[in-house]
Amino acid sequence: MEVVGEEDGDTEGKRKNGHSKKEEKKEDNERGEKVQKKKKNKRIETSSEQESSEEVEDEVEEEGEEKPEVLSPEELEKLKEAVDERKKRISTLRGKPWPMRKKLLTLRESHEFVEKYEGALGKGKSRKLYAYKVMMLKKWMKFQRDFENFKTACVPWEMKIKEIESHFGSSVASYFIFLRWMYGINMILFGLTFGLVMVPEALMGRPYGSMPRKTVPRAEEANAMDFAVLWDFGGYAQYSVLFYGYYNSQRAIGWLKFRMPLSYFLVGVGTVAYSYMVVIRTMARNANEDGGGDDNSFNFSWKMFTSWDYLIGNPETADNKFASITTSFKEAILEEQESRKDDNIHLTRFLRVLANFLVLCCLAGSGYLIYFVVRRSQKFALEGLESHSWWERNEVNMVMSLLGMFCPMLFDVISALENYHPRIALQWQLGRIFALFLGNLYTFIIALMDEINLKREEEEVLKLNMTIWEASLYNGTLGANSTAPPITVHPADIPRGPCWETMVGQEFVRLIVSDTMTTYITLLIGDFLRAVLVRFLNYCWCWDLEAGFPSYSEFDVSGNVLGLIFNQGMIWMGAFYAPCLPALNVLRLHVSMYLQCWAVMCCNVPQERVFKASGSNNFYMAMLLVILFLSTLPAIYTIVTIPPSFDCGPFSGKSRMFDVIQETLESDFPAWFGKMFSYASNPGLVLPFLLLMVLAIYYLQSTSKSYKQANLELKKKLQTGPTADLHAAEQNEENKKKKKMAALKAAMDLEEAQNARSEAPRQQRNNNASQQSYRDRGEKKGGEHRAHQGKSNHQIPPSATRPPAPRGHGLPGPLPGNQRQPAPSVQRVPNSQRH
Amino acid sequence: MGTTASQLGKDLLSEYQELTFLTKQEILLAHKRFSECLSKEDKNLPTPRVPMEKVLSLPELKSNPFRKRICHVFSTSDMKDGSLTFEDFLDLLSAFSDSATLEIKSHYAFRIFDFDDDGTLDSGDLEKLVNCLTGETDDTRLTPEEMRQLISNILEESDIDKDGTVNLSEFQHVISRSPDFVSSFKRLFCEVYK
Repeated sequence: MEVVGEEDGDTEGKRKNGHSKKEEKKEDNERGEKVQKKKKNKRIETSSEQESSEEVEDEVEEEGEEKPEVLSPEELEKLKEAVDERKKRISTLRGKPWPMRKKLLTLRESHEFVEKYEGALGKGKSRKLYAYKVMMLKKWMKFQRDFENFKTACVPWEMKIKEIESHFGSSVASYFIFLRWMYGINMILFGLTFGLVMVPEALMGRPYGSMPRKTVPRAEEANAMDFAVLWDFGGYAQYSVLFYGYYNSQRAIGWLKFRMPLSYFLVGVGTVAYSYMVVIRTMARNANEDGGGDDNSFNFSWKMFTSWDYLIGNPETADNKFASITTSFKEAILEEQESRKDDNIHLTRFLRVLANFLVLCCLAGSGYLIYFVVRRSQKFALEGLESHSWWERNEVNMVMSLLGMFCPMLFDVISALENYHPRIALQWQLGRIFALFLGNLYTFIIALMDEINLKREEEEVLKLNMTIWEASLYNGTLGANSTAPPITVHPADIPRGPCWETMVGQEFVRLIVSDTMTTYITLLIGDFLRAVLVRFLNYCWCWDLEAGFPSYSEFDVSGNVLGLIFNQGMIWMGAFYAPCLPALNVLRLHVSMYLQCWAVMCCNVPQERVFKASGSNNFYMAMLLVILFLSTLPAIYTIVTIPPSFDCGPFSGKSRMFDVIQETLESDFPAWFGKMFSYASNPGLVLPFLLLMVLAIYYLQSTSKSYKQANLELKKKLQTGPTADLHAAEQNEENKKKKKMAALKAAMDLEEAQNARSEAPRQQRNNNASQQSYRDRGEKKGGEHRAHQGKSNHQIPPSATRPPAPRGHGLPGPLPGNQRQPAPSVQRVPNSQRH
Repeated sequence: MGTTASQLGKDLLSEYQELTFLTKQEILLAHKRFSECLSKEDKNLPTPRVPMEKVLSLPELKSNPFRKRICHVFSTSDMKDGSLTFEDFLDLLSAFSDSATLEIKSHYAFRIFDFDDDGTLDSGDLEKLVNCLTGETDDTRLTPEEMRQLISNILEESDIDKDGTVNLSEFQHVISRSPDFVSSFKRLFCEVYK
C-alpha cells in the first residue's frame, strides 16, 4: 500500500522536488544524502497531506525541512511546532473516520517525521535533555496504555454483563452494572471498617473474656453456641467484634497506641462522607453526560436514529425490539395528533385520583401493620423470647419482607387504572414502591427508638442496682477479711447494662439477613421453580403454558434496583452500630451477582417492552441520594442526642459520642491547636462562613439560570433563523448573519465555560462535538454548502461569514471509500439562502 | 493464541492500538475471531477478505437490521461487495467500542443510515430506515399514512436548513443532544470486548 501512496503523491511530490533542489545547492555534499532521504520521506508525506488537505501544515513542514542545517531559534520554534502538530495528529488520529489503511499510512509518516526531527531539536546538553524527555514521554504513554489495558481487565464480571446485555438489552444490564457499582462502594466501606476498626480491635484490643462487655453473661452461656442463637446474632456472635458493644473505651490500644474510639468515630463519619461524595459525584457526571438531553425538540428524530440497540444479538430480543419500536412510533404519532384534543379528561382524572387514594390506603395500612408488629414484638421480648413460636419471634422481619413483596404487585394493578404513558407509569410505580419502603423503614426506626428508650430506662435502674451489688460484694468480703486482695469476680458474673447500641446493630443485621433470604427464596421459587414447571408441565397440560398464562417471568429491573437501594440504606443506617454490616453486604452482593446472573440467563425471558435505561439512571441515583440522606438522619440523631451506654462500646463513660473528638484535641494535639479549633468552631466564625456558602450557592445558581436562558434564546434563534431568512432581503440577511455569528460565538463561549466546569475529559469531547455541529451549521448558513469538503475543499467560502474553524480534529472529513460521491454538492445549496 | 500474536506483529499491534479505541486484548481477540471466519484458501492471501455473506451470518449480526449497511460502510473493497479485511473489521469494532467518541460514532451511524450513499438522508433513506427498525413482519409495519406523518415530523425537527434532507452536520447536531445514542451505538461484537 506504500506504493499506492507514493504514486499518488508523485505529482505533488515533483513540485516539492523542485523546491528542495534550490536548497540542495546551498548545502554541502555530505548533507546532500540526508536531504535525499528527507525528500523521499516528504514525498510520501505529501500524499497523506494532500488528502487531509491542510495546506498550512505543508508550509510549516517545508520550513521544517531546512531546520537541522540552519537551526536559528525561530525556525527551531517552527520545527518544534511542526513536530507538535504531528504528535497532536497522532493522538487524534483514532478519532478520524478514515479507513484503517489511510490512518496507518498517516500514522507511520507522522511517526517517522517526529522521530527524525525530534532528535535534531536542540543542541548539546539541551538536546540530550530533550531526547531524554521524549523518551520518557514515550515510556509514559506506553505505561498509560498498558495501565488502561490493565484497568479494563480488572473490572469484574464484564463478560457476564455483556452476555446479559446481548440477550436482554441494556436495561437489564444496567441493573447489573448498578449492582457492580454498589459492590465497589461496599468494598471500600468494608475496607474502612475492617481495616481500621475490626482488625485492630481483634488484634490489639483486650482479648475475649477479659472484661464483662467481652464475655457472654452467665445466664446465656449454656446455649451461646447454639446455631439458632448464632443465626439470630446472639450468643458468641453478639459478644464479638461484629457489634458495637464489644469495643473497649480504652483510649489507645496495643504497642501502636492505636486510638480505637477515635478511629471508630472517624470511620463512622467517613463511611457516610464517602458515600455522599461518591453518589453526588456520579450524579453530577451523569447529569453532565446527558446534559441538554432534557428538551423534547428532537423527539421523533431520536426515536428514529437512536432507538436500535446494537447490542442485541438474540433474535427473540430483536423481535421484541422491533415491536417496541413500532409501538413507540405509533404512540408518538398518536400523541402528536391527540396533543390538541384531549377528551374524557374528567374520567382519567377521576381514575388517577382514585388510584392515588388507593395507594395511600395501602401505604398507611402497611405502615400501621409494621408498627403493630413491632410493638407486639417488644411485648414478646419483655416476656422472654423462649416462650414464643418461631413465627412470633421473626414476625417483624417476615412482615416487612412480605409487604415489600406483595405491595408492589398491588400497585401494579392499581396503576392500570391510571392509563399513563409507560415511562411515566414506571416512574410513578417506582415512586410508590419507594414511599412504601421508606414508610416501612421509618416505622421500623420509630419503633426502634421506643425500644431504645425502654432500654435506657432499664439501664438507669441497673446502674442503681449495680452500686448496691458492688457495695454488697465489698461488704461481704470485708466482713470476712479486712486485708483481702482485690476481689476477683468472673466477668461473666458481673451484671451489665442492656447496651442499646448492640441491640440496634443486631436488629439491622437480622433485617439484612432476612431480606437477603427472602430475595433469594423468591428468586428460586418465583423464577426458577416457575420456569421448571412451565417448561416440563407443558408436555402434559391442556393449554400452552409457555405462551399462555404463567409463562416465564421477566426480569423486574425497577424492583430489583429499588431493593438494592433500600438494602444499601439499611447498611448506611446500621453500619455505625454493627461494623460487620458492610462485610455482610459485600457477601450478599457477591452472591446476588452470580445468582441473579444465572437466574436471568436460565429462567427469564426478555422484556416485552425493551426500553433503554440510560435516561432513568439519574432517577435511581437521586433515589439513592434521598435514601442516603434519610438513613443518615436517624443514625446521626442517635449519635448526637442519646448518651452512649455506660458499660459497653468505645464511647462508654462519655456523655456524648462525639466527645471523643474533644478528648483527642485536648490530649493529643498541642495546646495552640485546640485553641485554634475552638476559635474556628466559634459561632461568630461559623455563621458568617455558612452565610458565605449560601451566598455562593445563590450566585452560582443564578448564573446557571442565566446560562440556561441564554441557551434557550440561542436555540430559538437557531430554529427560527432559516425560516425567517426565507423572506428576508439580502442586506437584511447579511445583518442577520452577523448576529447569528455573534450568537454562535456566544454559544461556543458558553459551552466552553460549561466544559471548564465539567471535569470528565470524555464529556469535553462530547461538548466539542456539539460545538462542532454549531459551527458547522454556522458555516453552512454563512457561506456555501460544504457538507462534504473532500477534494473540492480548495474553494474557500467567504471568510467574512466564517467562524474560526478549529484545525486538527475539526470537521468531519471526506467520506472515505465513497468515490462516486460527486463533488458538486454545492448545487444543493439550500434555497432559503439563495436570494 | 501465540500464533495470532506473532501473525499480527508487535509493531502493527501497537499501531492498531494507537489508531483504534481498542485495547491490546481486544485486538488480539478480534484477530482470532476474524481468522476463524476466513476460509482455508483465503488465509494465504496477503490481505484476506471475509465475504459479506459470511459476515452477515455471524450470530452478533444475524438479528441486526442494519447488517448489510454496516458491511457496506466499513468495507474498503473495490468491488463494493461488502467484504471485510481485518483492518476494516478493526475499524468497525473501533467505531462500536465503548470509548469511541461521539463524533466518530455519529459519522458512521450517518453513513449506515444513508442507504443510497449520496451523503444526505432524504425521505427515501428515512423510509428505508423506518422499515428496518420496524422489522420485516407485516404486523409491525407502519401504514403509509403513518410513515408519511413520521417522516414529515422527523424532517420538521432535524432538517434545520429546510432543504428536504438531513445532512451530516444536521444529523450530528441532533444526535449529539440525544441521551441514548452513545449507549445504544456500541459493542456490536461483545465477545471481542473484554
